[in-house]
Amino acid sequence: MKEIIFKIKKNPELYIGAFISVIMILIIVCGTIFSPYDPNAMSAADKFADPSLAHPLGCDNFGRDLFSRLSIGGATTLFVALVTVIIGVTFGIIIGALTGYFGGAIDEILMRFNDAVLAFPSILLALVFISLFGSGTWKVIISLGIVFVPSFARIVRGEFMRCKYLDYVRSARLMGAGDFRIMFVHILPNTLPVVLSSAVIGFNNAVLAEASMSFLGIGVQPPSSSLGRMLSDAQAFLFSEPGYALLTGITIALIVLGFSLLGDGLKKNA
Amino acid sequence: MSKKKIIAFALCAAMTATTALTACSGGKSDASSKIVVGIPQDLEDSLDPHEAVAAGTKEILFNIYEGLLKPDETGELIPAVAKEYSVSDDGLTYSFVLRDGVKFHNGKPVTAEDVKYSIEKSAGMTGGQSLISAFSNIKEVNIKDDTTVDIVLNEADIDFPAYIATTTAAIIPKDNDKPATEPVGTGPYMFVSRSPQENIELKKFNDYWGEPANIENVTLKIIPNADSIVMNLNGGAVDMFARLTSTQTQQLSDNFNVLEGEMNLVQAVYLNHAVEPFDNVDVCRALSYAVDVDNILELTSDGKGFPVGSSMFPAFKKYYVDLSNTYPTDIDKAKELLAEAGYPDGFTFSITVPSNYQPHVEAAQVVSEQLKKIGVNAEIKLVEWNTWLSDVYSGRQFEATLIGVDASSLTATAMLDRFRTDADNNFTNYSNKDYDDLYAKLYTAGSEDERVEIYKELQKNLADNAANIYIQDMAEFVALSDKYDGYVFYPLYVQDFAKLKIKEQ
Repeated sequence: MKEIIFKIKKNPELYIGAFISVIMILIIVCGTIFSPYDPNAMSAADKFADPSLAHPLGCDNFGRDLFSRLSIGGATTLFVALVTVIIGVTFGIIIGALTGYFGGAIDEILMRFNDAVLAFPSILLALVFISLFGSGTWKVIISLGIVFVPSFARIVRGEFMRCKYLDYVRSARLMGAGDFRIMFVHILPNTLPVVLSSAVIGFNNAVLAEASMSFLGIGVQPPSSSLGRMLSDAQAFLFSEPGYALLTGITIALIVLGFSLLGDGLKKNA
Repeated sequence: MSKKKIIAFALCAAMTATTALTACSGGKSDASSKIVVGIPQDLEDSLDPHEAVAAGTKEILFNIYEGLLKPDETGELIPAVAKEYSVSDDGLTYSFVLRDGVKFHNGKPVTAEDVKYSIEKSAGMTGGQSLISAFSNIKEVNIKDDTTVDIVLNEADIDFPAYIATTTAAIIPKDNDKPATEPVGTGPYMFVSRSPQENIELKKFNDYWGEPANIENVTLKIIPNADSIVMNLNGGAVDMFARLTSTQTQQLSDNFNVLEGEMNLVQAVYLNHAVEPFDNVDVCRALSYAVDVDNILELTSDGKGFPVGSSMFPAFKKYYVDLSNTYPTDIDKAKELLAEAGYPDGFTFSITVPSNYQPHVEAAQVVSEQLKKIGVNAEIKLVEWNTWLSDVYSGRQFEATLIGVDASSLTATAMLDRFRTDADNNFTNYSNKDYDDLYAKLYTAGSEDERVEIYKELQKNLADNAANIYIQDMAEFVALSDKYDGYVFYPLYVQDFAKLKIKEQ
């Protein structure tokens, strides 16, 4: 018991963050799987129904069950963020590893290109991609994914540059290991703690980016729900039905808070 | 009590009595009566009626200016600066006889010279471009005598009087060289001053030829921030505000009467008849049977709104036929029709909606949900307004779109012309031989009654062929302080302050 308390005291962010994140994910997954309502089913009689046993969080302006919609919306948002980060991390690792390990002309070219992409605010860049490709869930994922690649590439490149002259890499090379074996078997695992914590923070940014894009009406399209989309719908009823916007806002805030603390905690541990 | 004091007291009493008496006689105008009307934007484009483009500017200028004719609240054209007019047999020459004793706000009488100058200026014949494209059809404006002006056209145009009745064809004095900043017209209110981004002051014109305005002073207060409209109304800073949403009206205090009118547009799911499966009339009918308009109204506007069944809105009383019951909601029938058309399992299509129009976005979600019942999957595609204009309206690259279509002038053709096969603005690619034939008859129809009949037949044609999934003419709300009365809705985008009055106590 003492040990646990000590651990928590040493790194409270990690545990509090993990706790909030796990609870939110559990609620969202349970709400999505076990919800008795079709999140898109409308009912004029239940328009802005108050919270009750049938509708634990009440209903929205179309009489749709708010809990089901928040769950499915949260799931969409988390899914978009997850795939975005996977895309960003995968390509980030490949680019970062190649440039960091080999250096030279390729490094110069790719990194200058990287800098150019990083110089744009990520939302603005995603907006450009959306206006080129059109809107929709998968297009949001792809454009956000592209936008997230450079920052991961930069982090991974730094780690590779730090590691490539370390003793264990030199001895691996002496033993005759090939470049790719050294890169992905020897160096990559040593960069994981840093990559992991930045992935969690990146995940957070992706949640916010998806929410902002959907809020602006260019992300997930109705009737599919996502938290940003719901917030934008709720805006019209801010004064008459504040609960709608408030609940959606709190859901986003809790998800972001959870993963933000988790990311900080991981960084501390790394 | 000294003598002086007694006199003072008596004077005071007399004055109070006078005020009380005037208050009792409310409804009539007195020098102090006033109303503050909130408007969402400043009149920035121009106060020159021939230059003003914004609908929000024109609706105010309606009170300052008049044309030879003007619209009344039923949509009829009534004589204004002109007393009467006649058309030559070939339909090319319109002869307007000026009304006696019509004065401009500067006190000068309206002359035939002024009329010629105004029409030529409005038609762009003195330089510049006319804002009314139909005015390029004007060949010449001739002064026949002191009170008669002839307008000669290149080609006959049955809608010409409707264009003459717009604010854009208003009569202004020839000698006013600053119409854009110091407007002078013949309307019931005259312009006093404008403080940019703050307010515009109007004053009653006492020498108005017709029924004079009731309220002496009208202040237009500019409230650009939509969120502060309700606060301004409830706080008493503004007595009236037009075009509120249902949500905004619910937040108003008891001191306001909420008047419900119509937006004068036809909200519908417009179908592109050039793409499959909307080239099949059974599919269009099936969709119309599946969409439950009452349910849409209940979910999106608390049941407010006027279901329509064709491309005409109720305010056009003369032409409107109620066809809203052509397709009562009937899921079985819809499924049957779909099966007959070869889509027993339904199909998938996209509804393009401009994302800045929240009411359309909401209606689209309900429609999409309703169509699921017959196995039709309608995907909503939100686009920016400019993209909508270029892709959908001009480019006709869409399957279906949910939008409101309004009339640009007080003519039935403004609503119905766009469904002719060859019409430039036929963005739905509707092509129906009967419709085209009927439409052609308009040009040969002898009397106005005959034309009205044809307009009604055209509407029935659109309804029978389910040209579009017709929804409603949307409700619009006007908040008016309970101290005032007399607001009238027009079938056009105008505000008529002259009919407003202070309520009888």
